[in-house]
Formats: sequence, C-alpha cells, structure tokens
Amino acid sequence: MSVTTRKAAPIGNPFRPANQTLNLRRQVVNSAAVVISAIFAAVGVVFLLYLIIYVYQQGSHFLTLQFFTQAPAAYGETGGGVQPAIVGSLVIVGLAALFGIPLGLFTGIYLAEFGRGWLAGVVRFMVDTLTGIPTIIFGLFIWVLIVVPSHSFSALAGGMALSIIMIPTVARATEEVLRLVPKELREASIALGATESRTIWSVVLPSAISGIITGITLALARVAGETAPLLLTALGSSFAFKSILRPTAALPLQIFNYTLSPYDTQIHQAYAGSLILIALVILASFAVRWATGGFKPRD
Amino acid sequence: MAFSVRHLNAWYGKSQALYDITLDIQPLRVTAAIGPSGSGKSTFVRCLNRMHETTVHGRASGEVIVEDVNIYSPGIQPLYVRRHIGMVFQQPNPLPTQSIFDNVAIGARLNGVAKGKALSELVEQSLHQAALWNEVKDRLREQAGQLSGGQQQRLCIARALAVQPKILLMDEPCSALDPIATLQVEELIDHLKGSYTIVIVTHNMQQAARVSDRTVFFLSGNLIEEGTTEDLFRKPLKQETEEYITGRFG
Repeated sequence: MSVTTRKAAPIGNPFRPANQTLNLRRQVVNSAAVVISAIFAAVGVVFLLYLIIYVYQQGSHFLTLQFFTQAPAAYGETGGGVQPAIVGSLVIVGLAALFGIPLGLFTGIYLAEFGRGWLAGVVRFMVDTLTGIPTIIFGLFIWVLIVVPSHSFSALAGGMALSIIMIPTVARATEEVLRLVPKELREASIALGATESRTIWSVVLPSAISGIITGITLALARVAGETAPLLLTALGSSFAFKSILRPTAALPLQIFNYTLSPYDTQIHQAYAGSLILIALVILASFAVRWATGGFKPRD
Repeated sequence: MAFSVRHLNAWYGKSQALYDITLDIQPLRVTAAIGPSGSGKSTFVRCLNRMHETTVHGRASGEVIVEDVNIYSPGIQPLYVRRHIGMVFQQPNPLPTQSIFDNVAIGARLNGVAKGKALSELVEQSLHQAALWNEVKDRLREQAGQLSGGQQQRLCIARALAVQPKILLMDEPCSALDPIATLQVEELIDHLKGSYTIVIVTHNMQQAARVSDRTVFFLSGNLIEEGTTEDLFRKPLKQETEEYITGRFG
C-alpha cells in the first residue's frame, strides 16, 4: 500500500468528530464567546485607565509639597494647598472608624454566632438594605438628629454619618469570615468548658481576624471618598482643623467645591485632590491583597 | 467515683436518637461504645458531657450521675460539667495558628486554673501524660498546625488533660489517623487508664477489643448489650450483638 494521508477518519473512530459541520460551528461559537468576554473586560479596564490617566494629566503637576502643607488660597489665586482638607478627612474618617468598627464588628458577630430566629433575620435584612440607601440620606439623617439640635455643622456629625455607611460592609465581611471558621474549633473550646462569648473572643475571632481587617480596610477606603453625607454634616471649611465640633474640611468636599468654581487653578487642584483619593483606594486594595496573600496562587 | 446513666433519651429535633439508656460506667477503666453508623453511640457520649445540647435542636432527658450529682439537674451549668468531663474529637482540632504551648494552656487559661510558672508546669505535665513531651519539648512555640495528624491528636488529648478532668470522653479518636498514630494513641489510652475514667466510641471492633475493659453495644439508639469486653466478644448474649461482631451487618 502506498503511503497516503487519509482525509477523513474511517467510520467508527471514536476520537474524531462524526459531524464536521456541527463541530465547526461549536468551535466558532466557543471562540466567539471567549473573544466577546475579553472585549467587555477590556472595555471596563480601558475606561478605568482613561479616567486615571486623564485625572493624572490634569492634576499631577499640582501635587507639590505646597499642595500638601498649605491652606487654600483665595479663589482665583494661584498657589495654596489642601492641608486642612487632608487633616479634616483623616479626622472624620478616624471618627467614622471609632463608631463604625465596633458597631459593624458586633453586628457581624451577632449575625454569625447568635443569630437564630426572627430577630436575626430582621437584622440581616436591615443591614442589606443599608448598603443600597443613597448616602446623602445618611447625611440628612445625621443633619436632623445632630446638626440641627446642636446648631452647628461638625466633624463629629460627619464621622457619625460615615460610620453608618460603614456598618453593612464591616458587618457582612465579619459575618462571612466568622462563618468560615470550622465548627470543630468552636466545639474544642466548648468541650473545655469555655462560655460561648469566651469561645468567640479567644478562639473564633482570632482565627478570622485577617478577613475582618480586610473588610474594615475596604470600608474605610470607601467612606474616605464619600461626599454627599459630608455636605450636610461636616460642611467643609477653608480653615485649619480646630475642633471636631466645628465645620471641618474634607478632601471630597474640597474637590467638589473646587470643581464647581470657574477658576483654572482651583479646577486643576480638584484633579490633584482626586488623584490623592484614587491613590488611596488603590493603596488600600493593594494592602488588602498583600495582607491576605492574594497575589500568590493558592494551592 | 460513681458514674452512671439512668433513663437517658436524646433527640435531634423531633427524631429520637437514644431510647431509655441505663448503664453504670466502671470508674478508672476504659469503656468502649460500639455499634454501626447511626446507632447513637456518638450521641450517647456527647450526652455525657452535655455537648449534645450544643448541636442545633439537640435535646436530652434523663439522668447522668457523676459522684452522686446529676449533671442534668436544673441547677447545674453545662460549662462546669465540661470542665470536669473532657472530650477528644474524631478530627484533631488544635487551634492551628496558635503555638503548641498555647494550645495545651488554653483550657487552663480559659478557666483561670493556673498562671505563670504553675501554667508551664501544667503544660509540661499534660504533654508528658499525652506521650508527646519528648517530640515537642524543643518547639513549644511553634504553630500547632505544623504537627502530624497523630501528634495533633495527642496534642488535643494533652489539652483535654490540662484542665484536669475526672472523666475523658473520646469520640472515634483514631478514625482520622494512620495505623502508627493509632497505635500511639491506643498505648496512651492504656497509660491513662488507672488515672482517668475513659469512654471511647469506636467503629473498629479490634480496637475496642484491644483497649477497653468493658464494652457497650448500641443499635438504632438502643443499648443492646453491655459487659466485660472479653465476655461480649467471646460469648455475646444477644443475637444482634453476635451478628454485629461477626460482621453480618454494620
């Protein structure tokens, strides 16, 4: 027999497709699906990159030392900085952390450890609803509750508004991570005669701590950039930070005010401020991934 | 030290798992609970230190009497019961991120039993009793998760012993271990025999024959037969017992 290559497999070979047209169509559809998903992914990434690059171009050369250390100049003038806003943001987010972390943490612990029956269901529903509420409503809530009776906008009010926004994120992250702690660990502690709360505090919580810190970090990074709730509570100011009971500057507020102004310098400074906020979010994401080993492939 | 069970019934929600168990457990000896899967032997042992009620919808009634005290009587708090009746589980469950020392000490710390130097001595003594001291004495500060399966289980035993219980309950302690580790744990049980009352659940009948002095056979939540290990295996009185140990079912 001469050596010729066969074109089609003989009938009965199980490893070749029986129906060539069907096979071709499947290959095409498969490739198309892969390509389309890649295109959509690229679109998302492209928009994000475009945003970052544009903000960088508009604002990066305004990120001078002066920008970080000086108070704002009068509108229309060059120079000046956002130091009060940076300090104010740190203070307000610090206050938010002070109120929000315990509230979120203990809510999460309640839902994961003690939550049986209808009350837990109600709490969980409320927590989920909180995530969807527009943040300006929290500002309004604190405005009615704190700002009006005290006749003053304040950093404290701003911190409280932000802390409520933080609660669902921290609570949900805490609950999920606590649920992941294996039952055997709890049983071991209970079999030694520990009370339930001691078990949670000394055994379960330490096992879950890295996940909880992740949740807290992400929540803080998110609220650091919130503008709407601060409009009605902290109000903003051009002056250096004096007291938490007085209107206080904050970076998102400063960006907001500058962007609305008709002056070039201020608009560029707004971009520079935005760059700081974006860098903050990216830094937080990286910190979280590094701390939880997210870059290494898990085996 | 008297240890007995009177009319113990246990449920998971509506489904009953134990029916009217009455039994005397011989002090300072090893009693094995054998039976097919689902026969209630684990449930029984978990009722002895009131762990059964920590399971969702777990409920028990009856009496478990330790030294003339019924641990199910209304005035008794479960957590005090568990301090005196220790438990070792099927899957070794050391606290993986904490050190070997901390693992053994945790029971003592949680209950405020000992501090400082007394605590270190307690840890060393417990590790000796669990036949683990020589293997870990130079690495007490290392993470417990680094130990092998057999070592982890012996660590859990040391942890249980560190709270100085009178009774030690073991729920299939060797199921997750390889044969060598199993042998080490069985030798350990032999050592502990004169100092502690031990109740061990096992689905391995050869193990029951090797380590225990008395054996209890459970089937479908009922106590079928109970007696010295030798008698139960050589001359079982009930037909079901004979069928189980000769492997006709289960």
